[in-house]
Amino acid sequence: MAEQLAQRAWVRLVKPIDGVLLLLTLALMAVGLTTVHSATADNSSRLLAQAMNMSVGLAVMWAVAQLPPQKLMRFAVPLYLAGVVLLILVFFVGIKVNGARRWLSLGFTRIQPSEILKIAVPLMLAWYFHKHEATLKARHYAVACLLLLVPFVLIAKQPDLGTAILVGAAGFYVIFLGGLPWKVIVGLLAAGAAAAPFAWTMLHDYQRKRILTLIDPSSDPLGAGYHIIQATIAIGSGGSFGKGWLEGTQTHLEFIPERHTDFIFAVYAEERGLLGNAVLLLLYLLLIGRGLMIAANASTLFARVLAGSITLSLFTYVFVNVGMVSGILPVVGVPLPYMSYGGTALVTLSVGVGILMSIQTHRMLVRQ
Amino acid sequence: MLGRHSRLDAPDRELERFRFRVGLAGFAVFVAFALLAARLFHLQVVQHDYYSTRAEDNRISLVPIVPNRGVILDRQWTVLARNYSAFTLEITPSRVEDLEATIDGLSKVIEVLPKDRKRFRRLLEESKTFESLPIRTRLSEEEVARFAANRYLFPGVEVKARLFRHYPEGAVGAHAIGYISRINKRDLEIIEESEQTNNYKGTDHIGKSGLEQKYEFQLHGETGYEQVEIDAGGRAVRSLSRTPPVPGNNLSLTLDIRLQEIAEKAFGDRRGALVAIEPATGGILALVSTPTFDPNLFVDGIRSDDWDQLNNSPDKPLLNRALNGAYPPGSTFKPFMALAALEIGKRTPGQAISDPGVFNFGGHQFRDDKKGGHGLVDMHKSIVVSCDTYYYLLANDMGIDAIARFMGQIGFGQRTGVDIEGESPGVLPSPEWKKRRFRRPEQQKWFAGETISIGIGQGYNSYTPIQLAQATATIANNGIMYRPHLVKYITDSRTGEKTMIEPEPLRILPWKRQNIEVIKKAMVGVNISGTSARAFAGAGYTSAGKTGTSQVFSLKGAEYKESRVKKELRDHALFIAYAPAEAPTIALAVLVENGGFGAQAAAPIARMVFDYYLLGKLPKGAAREENVEGD
Repeated sequence: MAEQLAQRAWVRLVKPIDGVLLLLTLALMAVGLTTVHSATADNSSRLLAQAMNMSVGLAVMWAVAQLPPQKLMRFAVPLYLAGVVLLILVFFVGIKVNGARRWLSLGFTRIQPSEILKIAVPLMLAWYFHKHEATLKARHYAVACLLLLVPFVLIAKQPDLGTAILVGAAGFYVIFLGGLPWKVIVGLLAAGAAAAPFAWTMLHDYQRKRILTLIDPSSDPLGAGYHIIQATIAIGSGGSFGKGWLEGTQTHLEFIPERHTDFIFAVYAEERGLLGNAVLLLLYLLLIGRGLMIAANASTLFARVLAGSITLSLFTYVFVNVGMVSGILPVVGVPLPYMSYGGTALVTLSVGVGILMSIQTHRMLVRQ
Repeated sequence: MLGRHSRLDAPDRELERFRFRVGLAGFAVFVAFALLAARLFHLQVVQHDYYSTRAEDNRISLVPIVPNRGVILDRQWTVLARNYSAFTLEITPSRVEDLEATIDGLSKVIEVLPKDRKRFRRLLEESKTFESLPIRTRLSEEEVARFAANRYLFPGVEVKARLFRHYPEGAVGAHAIGYISRINKRDLEIIEESEQTNNYKGTDHIGKSGLEQKYEFQLHGETGYEQVEIDAGGRAVRSLSRTPPVPGNNLSLTLDIRLQEIAEKAFGDRRGALVAIEPATGGILALVSTPTFDPNLFVDGIRSDDWDQLNNSPDKPLLNRALNGAYPPGSTFKPFMALAALEIGKRTPGQAISDPGVFNFGGHQFRDDKKGGHGLVDMHKSIVVSCDTYYYLLANDMGIDAIARFMGQIGFGQRTGVDIEGESPGVLPSPEWKKRRFRRPEQQKWFAGETISIGIGQGYNSYTPIQLAQATATIANNGIMYRPHLVKYITDSRTGEKTMIEPEPLRILPWKRQNIEVIKKAMVGVNISGTSARAFAGAGYTSAGKTGTSQVFSLKGAEYKESRVKKELRDHALFIAYAPAEAPTIALAVLVENGGFGAQAAAPIARMVFDYYLLGKLPKGAAREENVEGD
């Protein structure tokens, strides 16, 4: 009897976990932790803090995985509304740091509400499409776009282009996977191309500078171009097999800026070389592949588009970050999943992967 | 049935569409990753060598190691310029966020005066990016300890041991030794022209005057290099390799610093110059220009009030009068005139004139300063009593061209080539010179009357004290002329090998020995029974000399009374001499600006110098000679 109870408890604890995702997550976390150690060799407390962040992330992931998709659906509207309200609060009473209003003070700590929207927006849109599944019409897509546009504009105005792009992308993936007609997509792309010059004038000076710097980093070697130049030197000098763990000169002589956060890929690439990069990209590819597989096999529209959006968002993080650090995309503040130091991003990520696990492991229950 | 069918179909079709789009997304992901992989391959394989080099350039910095500057010694190996190591408090501006706050904080631990701040700000404007700059120099042991205890409060601030130049003799001989000071733009141009740019990386001081300037490239040495690994903030992390510097070469001088000191003291607070030369070599024994200055003031940046004082003083202490002051030689010109007359054949020693005390020429009266004249005057007497009329006549007989030719041979009106920069040539008057000097045709003409005053060392005559000393030494040396020089030999810092500055005769003048003897005998007579007899009374050696007084301005026939003339307008006192008369080892020229009579003001200085140099006698209470007849 006791044995049976223990077995049932074990099943209850372990069953919602997807083994493949867990394995890939752990592998990426291991790589991430060693890299953070190298990037913060001067400050060992960071390594410990990041290990703590990862533990919290794993716990969050496990907890979210316990929730079946139907329960997740119930969070969609309140989470979205709460997120938008907080963004509006930020707009009015947010704390200004370096000219950007992104944070909200809770007295004892600060939160960045835009982070919530990374999950809340796809959740909300997936719920919305699910609700109107049988009768999806053009106006539903329009409403969905509006639901996306509100937080997107609020975040872009902070300004936080990086997060805005990620939130926008997450929402767009839901709408795309939800079946937005091709002619609309093509139309939007054409309109976007036409509006580009106008958008250019809307950008902040520093954002424009970043894009220009991408085209010619040497135009500003001590200013905006410095990050890109030093990061590409780090990557390039790493060669095929890297300089060895803790041996990166660009890293340890502090030439790489933001080396434990946004530019941690440069640290990794310098010390592990092309071989290490191949391994890392493969891990991400497997994670994304597993996510897309989960999406394809999910049983409800809600689960499908949500899983698809979360997975493609993860891809976006990786692509934008590595693209930026290796100098083919402009510098935007996007962390590299599981690698960059920082608790908030890890928790958001873990919620996402937890949702993927939940969708995968509760698939059969729904069918039955 | 149909409706049910379509209801079943719709989700299927929808699922199909979804899966197609997921597949499409998967493909896009794959393409994007391929793009990243291609980019990484390009950076890490194709361009690997390029970026490796860039990373090495980032990390490795060549730090120059400044060599020890050579020392300067006098002829007795007394140290005149040396280096000492002292602690400086230095700030690396690139590592400090708020410079003002840091300096304010530092001033609570270590005294930082407003002048230190001023100097630091000036250095900051001139500095290179990663340089550390001194905020305080010459920290005491206690200050070093106090800073060390508070060091953690001041990142980017450190105590460094640096070498400083020091002149132990202070103001003595400053015009000869010179000084070093911080490199400025003009110095940089000189360094570049001399192709020494690499060798001066890291060097921030350079010789600005005197021997420090002339022998800069000997004294400097070769800069060494250290390869160090640096971090992004420019901090040295570790040393990779090191090429040691080669110290500068040492200079050993002909100068005798004790003699120099006695000569300087003999001037008291009077302005003037003295150049003493070893006749047989041209080696300079003393090179005096008073007032002098303390070269140590310049070493770590002269304070502006010190500078103003030196620069604005009416006594012009920075002017090297021995080389750059040009004065009419007055009666000290007479022995050279007499020798010229003998050599050219315009006079014989015994040929005498009757001196009425005045010489009339072209309606102008040229007066002797002894009323009624000296009576019968031959060449010997003309020098001993300094008879002007004799030389008015002589100059008129010789003519300006012959005078200029002869005087040019002994170096008058030409740079001597002494080993100090910026020597003035003076003026050897001649019709050609007048043509060059003046623009208007009526001024360019040479008047015969102008030749008359040339004969007594007045008129356009204008020579530097070193020219006068060189000419005197040439007479003492029987016509063998040497280039005056201060450095005896240079010692190679590596091998210890000495490079002698060989005394090579500049010119051997074909003077007849008996002619020279006439002049020498007369000059000995000057010191025994002539104008400077009193100054040399009781000397334990024989000496030869000639006094001179040169007019600063013309009194237009009125009688000259020293007490009635303003100090700046008083006559300059001159004296040339050598000793011992039979085998001279020292020859000199003394000038006292506005000193009055040469016999009174200048001759006693020569006596003190000779007494010390020949007998080792130190001057006692320097009694001024008074009441001397004539000049």
